Amino acid sequence: MIAANWQIFTGFAFFIIMVFIAGFYCILVTRNLIRVIIGLELLTKAVTLLIIVSGYVTDRIALAQSLVITLIIIEVVVMAVAAGVILSIYRHNESLASSKLTDLKG
Amino acid sequence: MTIIDSMLLTAMVVAAIWTVMTRSLLKSAIGLALTSAVITIIMFRLNSPFAAVFELSVCTGLITAVFISTISLVKPLTHKQIVQLSKDRIKRFWYLPATVIVVGIVFIYLKIQMPLSLFAGQAEGNARDVLWNSRQLDLFGQIAVLLAGVFGVVILFKETKKK
Repeated sequence: MIAANWQIFTGFAFFIIMVFIAGFYCILVTRNLIRVIIGLELLTKAVTLLIIVSGYVTDRIALAQSLVITLIIIEVVVMAVAAGVILSIYRHNESLASSKLTDLKG
Repeated sequence: MTIIDSMLLTAMVVAAIWTVMTRSLLKSAIGLALTSAVITIIMFRLNSPFAAVFELSVCTGLITAVFISTISLVKPLTHKQIVQLSKDRIKRFWYLPATVIVVGIVFIYLKIQMPLSLFAGQAEGNARDVLWNSRQLDLFGQIAVLLAGVFGVVILFKETKKK
C-alpha cells in the first residue's frame, strides 16, 4: 500500500475506531437487551465502513462492495432473529433486563 | 480526505455516541438510522454505490423498522423507573465520551496524518460481475442465511395450541 493510501486508511480508521468503541461500550455497559443489539449494529456498521475503505485504498472496491452486500444481508437476518428472541424473552419475563434472565442459571 | 469527508465522519461519530447515550430507546433507534444514513453518504463518496444503496434501504430502512416495531411491542417504563434508571445510566455511561476523547488524543499524539484529497478509486471490475461470477458461493450462503432467518422468526412467533 502506498503512503497516500495508507494516510487515507488511517484517517478513516481513526473515526471508525470511535464508532467501534461506542458500539462495544454499549454492549458492555447496558443491561437492556434492545440496547445490546443496537450496540451490535453499531459494531457491524463500523466493520462495514472499514471494509469499504479497505477496498477503496487497495483498488478492490468491487470486491469490497460484494462483501458488504453479503454482510448487510447477514446483519439484517441476525437483527430480525435477535428482535424475535428479545420479544419472546419479554413475553416470558415481562422485562428486558439481562440481569433478570436467570432461568438457565446452572 | 476533504473537509466534507471529515465533517461526515465527525457526524457519524456524534450520531453513534448519541445513539448510545440517549435515554429513550426510540431516539436510540433513530440515532442508529442517522448513523447509517451518514455512512451511506460516505460510501457514495468512496465510489461504492451498490453497497451504499443496500446500506440505505436495508440498514436505514428495514432494520430501523424492525427496531421500532420491537420497541412498540414492549411496555414503556413508569416515571419512577425512568428516574431510577437515569441515575444508574449517568454513572455507567459517562465513561464513553471520556474514552472517545482519550482515544482521539492518543491518535493525535501518534500524529496520524490526514491526506488532503481522495484519489479516484479504480475498480477491478463491476461489483455486479464480482458478485455473480467470482463470488457465487456467497449468494448460496446468503440464501441459506435468509431462509434460516425466516424459519427462525416463524418458529419464535409460532402460536402454541391451547389444549
